Amino acid sequence: MNGLELAAVRIALHGRPLLGPLDVRVRPGTTVTVMGPSGCGKSTLLAFIAGTLEPAFTAAGAVRIDGDDVLALPPERRHVGILFQDDLLFPHLSVGDNLAFALPRTLAGRAQRRAAVAQALAEADLAGFEGRDPATLSGGQRARVALMRTLLAAPRVLLLDEPFNRLDAALREDFRRFVFDHARERSLPVLLVTHDAADAAAAAGPLIEL
Amino acid sequence: MSESGGALRALPAVTVLLFLLPVAAGVAGTLLPAFGYLPAIGGHALSLEPWRRLIAYPGFATSLGTTLFTGVAATLVAVVLAAGFCAVAHGRLARTAGAWMAPVLATPHAAIALGVAFLVAPSGWIARALSPWLTGWTLPPDFATVGHRSGLALVLALVLKEVPYLVLMIAGALHQVPAAAQLNVARSLGYGRTEAWLKVVLPQVYPQIRLPVYAVLAFSLSVVDVALILGPGNPPTLAVLAMRWFADADIRFYFPAAAAACLMLLIVITAIATWRGVEAGVARLGRRWIARGTRRGVASLAAAAATALAVAGGAASVLAIAGMLLWSFATQWRFPAALPDGWTFATWARQSGSLAATTATTLMLALAATVIALALAAGCLENEARTRRRAGTRSLWLLYLPLLVPQIAFLFGAQVLLIRTAQDGTFAATLWAHLVFVVPYVFLSLADPWRAVDPRYARTAASLGASPWRVFLRVKLPLLRGPLLVAAAVGFAVSVGQYLATLFAGNGRVATLTTDAVALAAGADRRVIGVYAVLQALLPLAVYLAAVLLPRRRLAQRTSAVGRA
Repeated sequence: MNGLELAAVRIALHGRPLLGPLDVRVRPGTTVTVMGPSGCGKSTLLAFIAGTLEPAFTAAGAVRIDGDDVLALPPERRHVGILFQDDLLFPHLSVGDNLAFALPRTLAGRAQRRAAVAQALAEADLAGFEGRDPATLSGGQRARVALMRTLLAAPRVLLLDEPFNRLDAALREDFRRFVFDHARERSLPVLLVTHDAADAAAAAGPLIEL
Repeated sequence: MSESGGALRALPAVTVLLFLLPVAAGVAGTLLPAFGYLPAIGGHALSLEPWRRLIAYPGFATSLGTTLFTGVAATLVAVVLAAGFCAVAHGRLARTAGAWMAPVLATPHAAIALGVAFLVAPSGWIARALSPWLTGWTLPPDFATVGHRSGLALVLALVLKEVPYLVLMIAGALHQVPAAAQLNVARSLGYGRTEAWLKVVLPQVYPQIRLPVYAVLAFSLSVVDVALILGPGNPPTLAVLAMRWFADADIRFYFPAAAAACLMLLIVITAIATWRGVEAGVARLGRRWIARGTRRGVASLAAAAATALAVAGGAASVLAIAGMLLWSFATQWRFPAALPDGWTFATWARQSGSLAATTATTLMLALAATVIALALAAGCLENEARTRRRAGTRSLWLLYLPLLVPQIAFLFGAQVLLIRTAQDGTFAATLWAHLVFVVPYVFLSLADPWRAVDPRYARTAASLGASPWRVFLRVKLPLLRGPLLVAAAVGFAVSVGQYLATLFAGNGRVATLTTDAVALAAGADRRVIGVYAVLQALLPLAVYLAAVLLPRRRLAQRTSAVGRA
């Protein structure tokens, strides 16, 4: 099937069961929300899907993206985009270079890469921000750059690890809409983990409580 | 504030004076004779004559070229290997690499150099291992490796010694960067592990290890002991040339010697400035490279090659010391045998008389320097914690100054000062010279863990009615026991390895294992060299192992208390 599929996923920490068994299907263009208190393993679930699980954890089950089992692949070949609570923009690169970093190598030629970066910035209402140091941007601007960076790498799945938490209430709503609109536009399956019921409501999709 | 608090507040100034004053006075004391002024030996007028004599030296241009080549090549190779190793080993070997590198880190430069001399010599271990079955040699071949004009053997020994040091510095700097989270982001964007490290972590870590890199550059350009053992003989590197002239029986050689030492200072300043400029250029190219978006390129291959070389280097260091160990117990070891003909304690027994005295001096100097340096560093850091005024980047430069100024450029002047005050050749003067180098290393090793201690422990203790000193003794010191022991081991190793400082401040009258080992290097029996090199390597290693292993056993259950230290 198309989209993201988790089948009988179980995660244990130091051998003690932490999460699961969990079966989830996320269709392209929709969002599934996983809610639970902190420490219940929801971020760990995303790390498992992205392929960056810490060695202290052990996991079982299957993760399929568009029908392909990705668990045997290293993180860099899974095409799983992820947004964290921190925007994690690279401080040593300008805003434009942060985005260029994410552009696939198949888009060759400096002029074309620049154009793609400029277009992404325009979509984020940040036209002309290429040369800016990320540190000079506001929280909301940084969050939008972080999403554009994730999307430029052409992921097959988008994982959201409480990315709205750091923003204050007014910005939060804008950014939620920004994220979900872009994901829908690209027909991305989105898995959101949060402990905020308002996030779940905005996602307007199935809800799983841990 | 109590009286003792006042004394504590004066400590940073005292510490800075203790090791900056000799450096400043030493540089001045080298600068003046370089321009002909040293009344004690008849130099009354300023002139350029010392410089003319230096430049007129027949091998001057060659000497200058070798100095630049060996210093820059050693630093460049060491930085590339260390960065490549960290890129590949990140999160995998990083945790155990510290334990593996300890032996090389603790071993003095001179001991590694003596071991390398045996490894790569025409009659050395590598040639023996390949002879006669592969090479057909039944006699050592007639070409030079050690002492070759190119200085490659010198570069090799420096690289072996500096790679682990830089890896350690990078590992420390990683604490300042959210490396794990950023690497995860880069990998989700399609970058392989190594490629991600090189493009995301390295550019952020490099500024943090800039000063250690400059220290390596300054040291490699101006090193004397390793160059005496492995460097070209005639003309030697510039620092060795200066050293040779300083030691000349004809006192008039003092003037060109001082000029050479000043030129050394000029070279180091120019080299650091040039390196800084090249850094900026590399960063610009690097950003363009990063923006190109290559996910799996030659950089990953280069890093893998660098890692292989770094690991081979580690093995070579271990072999170098192992070769010395075998020699020290050998009856005879004829070419091309891969192992000695027989084993004996005779060499150790024969040397025991002179070894006992030299070892005692080495130990006393190292212990005294370590204790004083620990007290100064702990005092300064405690003062910083109490006044909540953190030393800025600028004072870090001050701390690094003795490591950035070539030793030969200020030790000579300092010696003149000591002779003036009739302090030369005393234990106290030698100890002082050691402290100039021991204090910065101990401070640098202790600073991060000290600053990482959660201040709420001290506040909690204070709120329970404990006086500041009681908090210091009962809370801070026990919490920092591990880092204090490691800093002590670092200080001890630095002191044991001091060559030039011992020679100049001791004015030839204070003999340590290092000065004796270097003196023996030229032409002595390899078995005797082996004894000195082994002992020289063994002392710091024993202290280091004790410092690392002892607290680990007791604290294994309570690692949270020591934080990341």
